[in-house]
Amino acid sequence: MLSRRLARWVDDRLGTAQFARTVLNKVFPDHWSFMIGELALYCFVILVLTGVYLTFFFDPSANETVYRGSYEALQGVEMTEAYRSGLELSFDVRAGLVMRQMHHWAALLFLASIVVHLGRVFFTGAFRRPRELNWMIGVTLLVLAMFNGFAGYSLLDDQLSGTGLRIAYSIALSIPLVGTWVTSLLFGGEFPGPDIIERLYVIHILLIPAAIAGLLTAHLAILVRQKHTQFPGPGRSEDNVVGTRLWPTYAAKALGLFFLVAAVVSFLGGVFQINPIWIYGPFDPAEVSSASQPDWYMGWLDGALRIMPGWETRAFGYEVPNPFFPGVLMAGLTFTALYAWPLLEARVTGDHAVHHLADRPRQRPVRTALGVACLAFYLVCFLGGASDVLAQTFGLSVNAILWTFRVAVVVAPLVAGWVAYRLCKELSARDGVPTASRVTWRQIPGRLRHGVGAEPEPDAEPAES
Amino acid sequence: MTQPAEGERVERAAALCFFVAMLAAIGLAITYWRGGDAQFEGVLLAVVTGGIGVGIVLWAKHFMPGGEVAEERETLASTDEEVAAFTEDFEAGETPLRSRRLLLTSAAGALTAFGAALLFPLRSLGPRPGGGLKRTAYAPGNVRVVQADGSPVRPSELPADGVVTVWPEDHTHDADAPTLLIRTRDSQDFTPRSGRGDWTVEGIVAYSKLCTHVGCPVGLYQAEEGLLLCPCHQSTFDVLDGARPVFGPAARSLPQLPLGVDDDGYLIATDDFSGPVGPGFWDRGR
Repeated sequence: MLSRRLARWVDDRLGTAQFARTVLNKVFPDHWSFMIGELALYCFVILVLTGVYLTFFFDPSANETVYRGSYEALQGVEMTEAYRSGLELSFDVRAGLVMRQMHHWAALLFLASIVVHLGRVFFTGAFRRPRELNWMIGVTLLVLAMFNGFAGYSLLDDQLSGTGLRIAYSIALSIPLVGTWVTSLLFGGEFPGPDIIERLYVIHILLIPAAIAGLLTAHLAILVRQKHTQFPGPGRSEDNVVGTRLWPTYAAKALGLFFLVAAVVSFLGGVFQINPIWIYGPFDPAEVSSASQPDWYMGWLDGALRIMPGWETRAFGYEVPNPFFPGVLMAGLTFTALYAWPLLEARVTGDHAVHHLADRPRQRPVRTALGVACLAFYLVCFLGGASDVLAQTFGLSVNAILWTFRVAVVVAPLVAGWVAYRLCKELSARDGVPTASRVTWRQIPGRLRHGVGAEPEPDAEPAES
Repeated sequence: MTQPAEGERVERAAALCFFVAMLAAIGLAITYWRGGDAQFEGVLLAVVTGGIGVGIVLWAKHFMPGGEVAEERETLASTDEEVAAFTEDFEAGETPLRSRRLLLTSAAGALTAFGAALLFPLRSLGPRPGGGLKRTAYAPGNVRVVQADGSPVRPSELPADGVVTVWPEDHTHDADAPTLLIRTRDSQDFTPRSGRGDWTVEGIVAYSKLCTHVGCPVGLYQAEEGLLLCPCHQSTFDVLDGARPVFGPAARSLPQLPLGVDDDGYLIATDDFSGPVGPGFWDRGR
């Protein structure tokens, strides 16, 4: 057989058979929730394929030109080459529009599957030792994907993306001490800056995709090395992993899944209009329309900007602008907390043991409740980003809606967290499953300082002298 | 696995999927060749990839070995002996140095200096920030304000409740200079800030159009209440009271532009804005 001879030929020169056999025999536990990360991987492949096609036609240039393409409504309008080539892709390049829309939909689904995958790993405790490193790589992938999505839709220089860039510029400008330098160096001067589109282009199509590809490879290599986690069950223990071998059934199913993801993206890209830049018009820094919402994964930041009360503070005689708090501080804390979570949790619970069996969320009421509370917080922020749309749709006052969100952003996490905690307790009591031992709030600071070995100090009695 | 009769059915179903995908692919080629159409292309592409996907999954589910296997996990961490062997190899073969410290510090110094030197070209990426953020093209003083098409504005052209976006003459593309001219109603109680009594002309007041929150153009004027609303994050400014923020995340008033009239009867800006326009930055007040 030809394939056997070819394999022999390769093995004679590289000695691959042993390694290839390990890969073929990798065992995948059969649970639907383990498939979500795979979806993200396939979205990335589709992003690369459609993205390469787009680069053949897109011109990332801020040079002014006059539109002479086939879209009547913009005939003779002054615009940048970037926007013009975006229109050309949409109207005059065959298969251009479907590729553009597939690229955009794939990006939205990419981020969605990353976030759901992160939730799965969080709520099942799959980030615990020995997988802390892979969790951190995963968080980095999330950050890179978010940034690249934003960079991507900012390239087109339409009215909506220009507004988004302006907001990003202002957030970066608000960073104390270095904000003015950072923005000047990134944009090539004051907003809108002559260079930002070309620079974002290099970032969007080269730097970040390369970083994502590298980290994805590491993410998967570590996964193979450490093997999957699995849910507890008959015959499943910390010392084994039960599931289907990669070859041939799982590999074939995975290939089938890739094609199915491609089918969904193709259908969305063909039938559901996304980012119709010809309706938004070319960017004019003096204009903006209402209902300027970013892509969904940026919604929490936009909502946080809206919900933030109009405070501006000074520190050491210098201004700390308002957008700094939601745009830099909150975003920074969010990702710092995500990165540090495996270490923080181990420190607080004192659980430094190796775990290959995943938790059910109900077994860890405190972790689950904290996760749900965080989700509620970001969901309120996300909805806050639609305050004007909500006001318009339901005929309500914008002020009333914004005040509702300002209250909800504090109350909703508390309520959601409490409900999740009670639910976990109830459910695990019904199952007869023991929940993790109780951690009280008072213990946490001490545990973070000293680790779990140190008992919390007893209430200080006034010493008798 | 699958029973023979059912197996035959599934086999046919999978083959049908591949066949449909093949037809759709041909349709895709024809669509493209005939001039293309995004909807058709998307749907046909979905049928192609979906058909292949379902076909493969059926194939895998019914005709490939199923069943679970258990794989043992080996310990990930190396044994102490392995670590010791590694350490030995790692530290092997170094000729004793007279001063290891000298070599290490000087090498570290060289690398640090190299790294620092590599940072310098970053400076080429953009101009030094500073003055530009605090100045606009109105700065020279007595600059005519013009509309987007370059035409100057007479006070009488602006009706009550009228709002016009203007720029400094010859600078209609400046992103930091768009200005709103607003004529308030006589019945409205416009109170100028102290020292700005002569900054308005015939009830026309001029404010920077850039929101002091994150710089979006403040586009919506509610003439009845004299309120300016930013469509991005709903900051609201009171035009009758120095464009003070009354709602939303903005914390500072919109900078005001001192207006005057030149000899030809056109509106001019006698000086730059009352402060830096747009979003805040750390040394804005310096």
